[in-house]
Amino acid sequence: MKFSGLTMLGAASLLATLLASTAFADVTVHVLRPEVPNTEKAYHQKMVADFEKSHPGVDIAFEYIANEAYKQKLTTLLQSDQKPDLIFSWAGGVLAQQAKAGVLQDISASVTSDWSASIANAGLSAFTIDGKVYGMPVNASDVVFWTNLDLAKKAGVDPESIKTWDDFLAAVKKAKEAGVTPIMVGGKDKWPLHFYYGYLWVREAGKDGMAAAMGGKGDGFAAAPFVKAGEDFKNLVDLQPFEPGFMDTTFEQATGQFGDGKALFHLMGDWEYGTEKQNSVSGKGIPDDKLGTIRFPAVQGGAGEATDTFGGINGYAVIAGAPPEAVEFLKYMTDAENQKLAGAQGLFIPIAKGVDESIANPFFRKMSEALAVSKFHQIFLDQALGSDVGATVTDVAADLAQGVVTPEAAAKTVQDAWSMR
Amino acid sequence: MKMTELAAPGLAPSIRSRGRFTSQTSALLLMLPPALVLFTLFVALPLFDAAYYSLFKWDGYGTPTDFIGLDNFKQALGHAVFWQAVRNTLIVLAVSVFVQLPIALGLALLIYEKTPANTLFRLIFFLPFILAEVASGLIWSFVFDGNTGVAAALFHALGMEPVFILADRHWAFAAITLVVVWKYFGFHMMIYIAALQGVPKEMLEAARLEGAGRWAIVRHVQVPMIASAIGVSVFFSIVGSLQLFDVVIPLTNGGPSNSTHTIVTYLYTFGLTRTRIGFGSAVGVMLFVAAVAFAVLYQRQISKGSRS
Repeated sequence: MKFSGLTMLGAASLLATLLASTAFADVTVHVLRPEVPNTEKAYHQKMVADFEKSHPGVDIAFEYIANEAYKQKLTTLLQSDQKPDLIFSWAGGVLAQQAKAGVLQDISASVTSDWSASIANAGLSAFTIDGKVYGMPVNASDVVFWTNLDLAKKAGVDPESIKTWDDFLAAVKKAKEAGVTPIMVGGKDKWPLHFYYGYLWVREAGKDGMAAAMGGKGDGFAAAPFVKAGEDFKNLVDLQPFEPGFMDTTFEQATGQFGDGKALFHLMGDWEYGTEKQNSVSGKGIPDDKLGTIRFPAVQGGAGEATDTFGGINGYAVIAGAPPEAVEFLKYMTDAENQKLAGAQGLFIPIAKGVDESIANPFFRKMSEALAVSKFHQIFLDQALGSDVGATVTDVAADLAQGVVTPEAAAKTVQDAWSMR
Repeated sequence: MKMTELAAPGLAPSIRSRGRFTSQTSALLLMLPPALVLFTLFVALPLFDAAYYSLFKWDGYGTPTDFIGLDNFKQALGHAVFWQAVRNTLIVLAVSVFVQLPIALGLALLIYEKTPANTLFRLIFFLPFILAEVASGLIWSFVFDGNTGVAAALFHALGMEPVFILADRHWAFAAITLVVVWKYFGFHMMIYIAALQGVPKEMLEAARLEGAGRWAIVRHVQVPMIASAIGVSVFFSIVGSLQLFDVVIPLTNGGPSNSTHTIVTYLYTFGLTRTRIGFGSAVGVMLFVAAVAFAVLYQRQISKGSRS
């Protein structure tokens, strides 16, 4: 390797600055997270500047790594001496793995009642494992049916009237008859298909059913509600609702084609709003007034409530050995002011209570309201059940979508993976 | 290899001067340790580590503690997808040896002579091999795309419904073998061309004078003369088949329904991405044993052949 004089000079001055700043600061909190758009980085920098002003002697350093690389690096990084103090986390089974391995810090004692009361329950419980709090959420995501209103009109479908799974199946049939592709899905990536299977689990089994299965009670994931969810999904699959070749379509391609107006529905999270525009041919996607969202329909006789939600909860976990200032900064990131700011800038759906009104994007606001009334928020199963069982779920969801397994066999495969975990 | 080359001349020190012997020993002492250290660090240790991890149920966090004996091996052997992966690997192996190599040999026989036109053809046939595996996988995934791909246009021109071959559980793997043949035949062709150019012209001349036809010359002169090159190319294509990975990932990622895994993509998907490091290690150990067994058998076969 060759360094030019200029780089050397730059490196030296950088080193000098670093030395200088650490000399003045008593403690530095390192935050590691996946790459984000520049708007969100600016938001982080503003929080850092404000926090450092009110906490002399504390330095906060954000570091960003590309998304996939971040996931892969974390396992080894957390066991090295180069550990950060706060890491971005999708909660769920992976967080539980980390907690079990002892790389996280139990911060229960530092979580005051006013702090915990300010955060939505679903968010707090996602970062609580066996009664111990290991981190705090900053945002939630919610999965809905994004709807192309022009195509709905063409197919003679009124999206707002879809309340039950049967309504939805009827709408799919109507769209097919009108020559409109009912559903876009990125089947090659498999996880978009697990949104259907997973949401139907939540509808059929409900909060108690999910807890029982995860607790290994009765038949676990092979129990009746999970088989029934597979049957519901099969009823949809039998209508051949997806775009041709959906198993060779990635999420990125699917979201772009939805943005191009190629299908009526796309079951996806809040991030669809940005990517559908970005990945469309025109780069503009579906105009806001032609775009709608509907909630995942209820299932007749299901134990779940129609208001239960399915999506993600993201936040930061505290690493073992991190200084108390790290927890303090985490608290600062989740306070109402900063959460409102993120909502107003349309960066994400904030998770603190009572900040809904700050959310500028109408679609995000609708989701935030749904999350607020939701009594049970199921985290994406590929995260919630840990990387192994999670991947098994996405696998069988893809098999069901192709009609190559029976609902019973699918449920049993998941249960086998869960019991062997 | 290095060691034997260095050591062999040193075996007869008595007939050489003493100074020569010490200089050789010091060269040995000087050059062997770095190679040995590198080999130990990057080949031997990881190998033993993998064998050790394969006996544990371990997700990569902390140190492995949950000893489960041979359960990882049992699990893999009882997994339908594992056997599908083994079958796919054997299919690639068979297609490589019995389809790809004959094609490569046929083309080599057609264009091995040095003429400008042949040079051009050689370049064209060799191009796929130069492309990065992932890039060629991506290119072919566009070709096979039922909406916008070349295949789609073809079906359209024939007035047929487009077929999404990579989304089809029965045909997706056939598409992958096609790409493998396309990707690597040029490499084997080059091996054959180099060998064919080494066959003495006088020999061909003599055969022709004796009245041998084109086919007879190929069968009785050219092919026997390049037998060792064919051996090398068979070896490469078998080892390459066992290691096939980077063409599959961009094409199908092992799907649909895990029907297109090779052993290595199976290891990656079910071992690494699912953070089951112990299980992945077990699959790795099995692949290693298979590869070594093959290499030993092959060596024996070759040495038998050369003795007779």
